[in-house]
Amino acid sequence: MNDPLSAKDIQHIASLANLLIDARRYKLYASQLSTILAFVSKLQKIPTNNLEPTAQVTELTNVYREDVVDESRMLTQKEALRNARKTHKGYFVVPALFEQ
Amino acid sequence: MTDIRKLTIRSAIDGLRKKQFKAVDLVHSCLAHIKKYNDEYQALLTIVDDAILIKNAEEIDATDYSLPLAGIPIVLKDLFSTDGLRTTAGSKVLDTYVPVYDATVVTKLKDAGAIIIGKANEDAWGHGSSGENTDYMPTKNPYDQSRVPGGSSSGSAAAIALGMCLAATGTDTGSSVRLPAAFCNLVGLKPTYGRVSRYGIIAMASSFDTIGHMTKTVYDNALICEITAGKDPFDATTPDVPVPQYATKLDTTLHGVRIGLPKEYFESKGMDPRVRDITMNALKQLEDLGARVTEVSLPHTNVAMECYYILVPSEISSNLARFDGIRFGNGRETFGAEAKRRMMIGTYALSAGYYDAYYKTASRVRTLVKEDFDGAFTRVDVIVAPSSPTLPFKIGEKTNDPLAMYLSDIFMCPVNIAGVPALNVPCGFVDNLPVGMQLIGQQWSEERLFAIGNAYEVHTNHRS
Repeated sequence: MNDPLSAKDIQHIASLANLLIDARRYKLYASQLSTILAFVSKLQKIPTNNLEPTAQVTELTNVYREDVVDESRMLTQKEALRNARKTHKGYFVVPALFEQ
Repeated sequence: MTDIRKLTIRSAIDGLRKKQFKAVDLVHSCLAHIKKYNDEYQALLTIVDDAILIKNAEEIDATDYSLPLAGIPIVLKDLFSTDGLRTTAGSKVLDTYVPVYDATVVTKLKDAGAIIIGKANEDAWGHGSSGENTDYMPTKNPYDQSRVPGGSSSGSAAAIALGMCLAATGTDTGSSVRLPAAFCNLVGLKPTYGRVSRYGIIAMASSFDTIGHMTKTVYDNALICEITAGKDPFDATTPDVPVPQYATKLDTTLHGVRIGLPKEYFESKGMDPRVRDITMNALKQLEDLGARVTEVSLPHTNVAMECYYILVPSEISSNLARFDGIRFGNGRETFGAEAKRRMMIGTYALSAGYYDAYYKTASRVRTLVKEDFDGAFTRVDVIVAPSSPTLPFKIGEKTNDPLAMYLSDIFMCPVNIAGVPALNVPCGFVDNLPVGMQLIGQQWSEERLFAIGNAYEVHTNHRS
């Protein structure tokens, strides 16, 4: 688990993160990430089994609102599409998932 | 001609109400400084059109300036969504993105009469401590062009120091308001987590992000905090804690205030001895004002960075997943190297087989770091520490070593892990380079931080 990362590891992590990494950079990222991971791995030496994890510090739980529509906060279709690279008749255009 | 550089928010509002000048004059002064300095220093990525600025100022000039921030020119860090005004997050992914709504804080500032001048340069997505991780040209420190202004709210700090505005907003996830404030001789607030709404502000690490701001004086800072703070129904992580009128509660006596010095910070090897001397001198001045200084211990300081650099990249990897290049922005291949690094570290730390060893362990260590602060605050009212172990460093000095850059935040990150507030207050210069100290308090103690900062500021005068 604390072994340095390989180029193949970077390829795998990048695909999990949906990131395109230039294959020529795999080694550089592997080296940088390994240094960082070696640094943070120090935490594994601390006995933490009896501790509660902290997810957030507000101590708020289950913050609800009424299930009503607030029209002042709704975007029009035009507004919602405004920043899309490709649209078609009021739809977002996404990359094809299936080939014919 | 009215010179913004000679004004504070307080003196500007006073001058407007006494009809010594108009909001239009303030805008003209900002524009003159932008024209003179922005190409060189790269503080602003987007500037509101002249005609719109003048029109907004004229609308304020037609009132009696009764709004709390009437006519005050403000710059927003480019993570803040502004309706109709480009918002880039300092990244090429969003270089043409124009939001269709305002962040809550933006609405609040506008409703208070502030005039939005433009959007500030920053480390892309907030990832950085120097400003050098911007996908655009890096911002330079107004005190020394060869040095960094601090980050990630780099342009925000530079804009105030260069006379482009009277205040600027920022975000602070691990240092990003306090460090540029320290490096540019400004008062910078990182509020309690949940004090200020994050709605409409592009997220970095959702359990760490806080919404802060920088000003020239403590009074100005307290005034803006009155406007931005408060529960927001659009941000479920804002507890229902009342907002004091911070600017009216700045008494000037420190008598009996107990100040804690964290011994782990002052024993730290990487601290420049001149920074230590200036900080110790400031502490002596606080003692002269009636405070009592004692040593405290924050024993998990030595693992706080490690904890931070597991939890924060994990949350980053989740938050940046929404940038798919379909609904907005360019494709994911447009992300810069630091963003990709952080997303990959986060993905790894959360992935099957590694989640327990990394993410879960770090969340438990987070409890320990928070408990350090809780414990210290049973013995002292406020903790004082240098904001940075070093003076503003040279551009390029740390860019080859991501780990060295991360370690600039060693006195900062623990504060975000614990979710407590901290105020950077300028406390002197070394070779004409600003040094700042942090006043750190328990959750919801902004009022006390402002009071102590104000007393110190009134007693000394480090505004150059």
